[in-house]
Amino acid sequence: MSRAARIGEAVLSVDKVSLAFGGVKALQEVSFDVREHEVRAIIGPNGAGKSSMLNVINGVYHPQQGTIRLRGNGAWREFHDMDSHEAASMGIARTFQNIALFKGMTVLDNVMTGRNLKMRASFLEQAIWIGRARREELEHRRAVEEIIDFMEIQHIRKTPVGKLPYGLQKRVELARALAAEPRLLLLDEPMSGMNLEEKQDMCRFVLDVNDHYGTTVVLIEHDMGVVMDISDRVVVLDYGRKIADGTPDEVRANQAVIDAYLGVAH
Amino acid sequence: MYSLVALGFVLIYKASGVFNFAQGAMVFLAALTFVSLVERGVNFWIALAVTLAVMVVLGIAIEKVVLRPLVNQPPITLFMATIGLTFVLEGLSQAVWGSQPHGLDLGIADVPMQWLADSTGMFISQFDLFASGIAAVLVASLALFFQYTRIGRALRAVADDHQAALAVGIPLKHIWAIVWSVAGFVALVAGLMWGARNGVQYSLTFIALKALPVLILGGFESIPGAIIGGLIIGASEKLAEVYFGPMVGGGIESWFAYVIALLFLLVRPQGLFGEKIIDRV
Amino acid sequence: MLYREAGQFKSTYAEDQQIFPIRQDRVAVVLLLVVAFVVVPMVANQYWLSAILTPFLIFALATLGLNILTGYAGQLSLGTAAFMAVGAFMAYNFVLRMPWLGVIPSFILAGICAAAVGIVFGLPSLRIKGFYLAVATLACQFFVLWAIQRIGWFTNDSATGVITAQSVEILGFAFDSPERKYLLTLAIVAVLALLAKNLMRSETGRAFMAVRDMDVAASVIGIPMMKTKLLAFAISSFYCGVAGALYAYTYLGTVEPEAFTLDLSFRILFMVIIGGVGSILGSFLGAAFITLLPIFLNVLFSAASRTFGLEISHAIVSNIELMIFGGLIIFFLIVEPHGLARLWQITKEKLRLWPFPH
Repeated sequence: MSRAARIGEAVLSVDKVSLAFGGVKALQEVSFDVREHEVRAIIGPNGAGKSSMLNVINGVYHPQQGTIRLRGNGAWREFHDMDSHEAASMGIARTFQNIALFKGMTVLDNVMTGRNLKMRASFLEQAIWIGRARREELEHRRAVEEIIDFMEIQHIRKTPVGKLPYGLQKRVELARALAAEPRLLLLDEPMSGMNLEEKQDMCRFVLDVNDHYGTTVVLIEHDMGVVMDISDRVVVLDYGRKIADGTPDEVRANQAVIDAYLGVAH
Repeated sequence: MYSLVALGFVLIYKASGVFNFAQGAMVFLAALTFVSLVERGVNFWIALAVTLAVMVVLGIAIEKVVLRPLVNQPPITLFMATIGLTFVLEGLSQAVWGSQPHGLDLGIADVPMQWLADSTGMFISQFDLFASGIAAVLVASLALFFQYTRIGRALRAVADDHQAALAVGIPLKHIWAIVWSVAGFVALVAGLMWGARNGVQYSLTFIALKALPVLILGGFESIPGAIIGGLIIGASEKLAEVYFGPMVGGGIESWFAYVIALLFLLVRPQGLFGEKIIDRV
Repeated sequence: MLYREAGQFKSTYAEDQQIFPIRQDRVAVVLLLVVAFVVVPMVANQYWLSAILTPFLIFALATLGLNILTGYAGQLSLGTAAFMAVGAFMAYNFVLRMPWLGVIPSFILAGICAAAVGIVFGLPSLRIKGFYLAVATLACQFFVLWAIQRIGWFTNDSATGVITAQSVEILGFAFDSPERKYLLTLAIVAVLALLAKNLMRSETGRAFMAVRDMDVAASVIGIPMMKTKLLAFAISSFYCGVAGALYAYTYLGTVEPEAFTLDLSFRILFMVIIGGVGSILGSFLGAAFITLLPIFLNVLFSAASRTFGLEISHAIVSNIELMIFGGLIIFFLIVEPHGLARLWQITKEKLRLWPFPH
């Protein structure tokens, strides 16, 4: 089944979201939607507000205006100021531009933290290491090992994350996000700082995730080649405003987009 | 008076981003050295100069031995290192000079001035005035130093970002040596003041702890904050003791300052004059 | 060569999860336990038992508690002694006013009281971090001590504020000799250490470390900040509370506020730093180190004064001890911030190759 055929109805809707920090307007009335199973890219020149957009979706920042709507189990829920913890429990996972891994822990532990919402045993049970705690830990270990296999990081599973090279750290971060079995995956520049080979690997992983697990992906990316290749639809931001929204081909031909990137005053 | 000690903390924090827990021990060491010299018959001014020299040497030594190897560690490590330093200095002071308390006489009366008490009901002694005067002079000169001299600017640059300062060619090591020496000097002044009031003894090191609430109130990087914070803490402590003390059996002084600090932390962590801390992801 | 995992394959995740996956380690631990429980009481003299080994165990437990809070969860606390004090005084009151409870349940309840105090004073951690939090815990330390001294109920309105701890009797079996006190302490500490190890290896431990390393990220992946931080304070204070109760009952013999000053808080913090932040083993190593250091120095100095004919006063020795403490802290922070535990790990790595150089 081709990917276009699998894309479903909208599952996330951003409605007229505005965000400002003091006097700086990071986002101005941005609206777009994301359909289930698709790969949506957010692009734009530096400082356009892309990371802020992801942060709003995920509850790290609270917009002054506008709402985020998520569809779960057929019903839409509206949010004005959801916090990041709630976002996580609703199936949103993300990676960060500057890698937000827990540097003091091993790769395995980091990925295991991604499962925390699924763990039910209380701390007392964990301390005594019986019954439910024990079973859960082993069960989740099994699930996490599958993800580790998928991301091809078996050989470094016991290495402290702080010791890994940048490219591998990004992979671990993606693994951790996947461990939560998210419905919506937000990736903030997953390929920045990588060489061509690493980028190809990462592209493959993102596409595999989308194919294999059916996860809806929203990613911010600067590399146009990547964006054109892997995304289904693209949103273009500039100075906090949306200036284009459509398929990669449509966006590429859009004059406003070309102007924005070339720095033409507008 | 608390302000004097707090000043030393602020200085080091401003210039190196490190909270020097050992400031209290430095105060102790300075006071003890001075007093011991005087007791051995050394002239007041010479003893002062010698002690100052000792503090400067100490400052340089600290910078070399403790700070340089720890240059890029997180602040918490540096803080713990200064705790270790505190113990070293305490042990050193007492090992060298002995541990009995000493009296310190600066020749200024510490008895409430009669005419003031009669007219306004406030108990302030000549000593208090003298202490405030010294504090004011220190503050003024330090403020000028920071704002207008080249070294002052360099110090502020260093406090902001060590690596950046290095990148523009500021000689970090010299700067730090200067900073710690100045802090040592302030410690000496504070030590003399407190020593004259309470006698020079081991408990002087705990002054450092009292300075913490002062800093929290005033903001860690602000010299005026240290002054005002010191005044507020000092005054409120005494007032609380007088008014609330009898209700709960006294002894409030030991924790009142900290509870105020705690409340401040919850409400306005940067203190009255500090800079707001923003967490970026 | 002796110390190698060759041939020891883990074929299930359960095996990989063991505390001591390497067989040599398991053997070593069993031996250690046998020595601790059986050999030591038979062989050691009273002085060693009551003045060195028992306090070592107690401090190790307190260090463990602080390590959970500061080492694993990253919340710096200077109020350790206050939590211990709560444990000690509450234990006293439980034994006094509810003698039908029994000693062990009293200790546990005392620990729970300490945990409650820990939660209250841990509340600031939701808003402030790192160094500022340390100051807040200072407030806790001073306030709790003051409260215990002023509020008569705690000391049963004793005139001097110093109370003799009752003798420990469990099921009619009196623990009044140094051997028995040592064994009781050992048993309690061993069990609590095991629980702590299990806890830190599972999700709770991971949540703590996540909060320590990057709390914003932890929140983003779903770890609840408030619950996690307060749980860390609670568990840590529980451990410190039990340690405090043991401190009063099996070591000091009295329950007094002066035993729980800020000084003690700092000592335990040093044990954490020197032993290794975020390590159960490290807590024991750190406690051992600091407990044994004064004795070692004493021996050293008396030997020195005998061979060199020097007269070194006691005061100077204790000051030099202070200096060495401080110096060691600085040394460890510079050279090996992860303390003795990391040094031990490195040794084990070297042992894998021994006797071959590489």
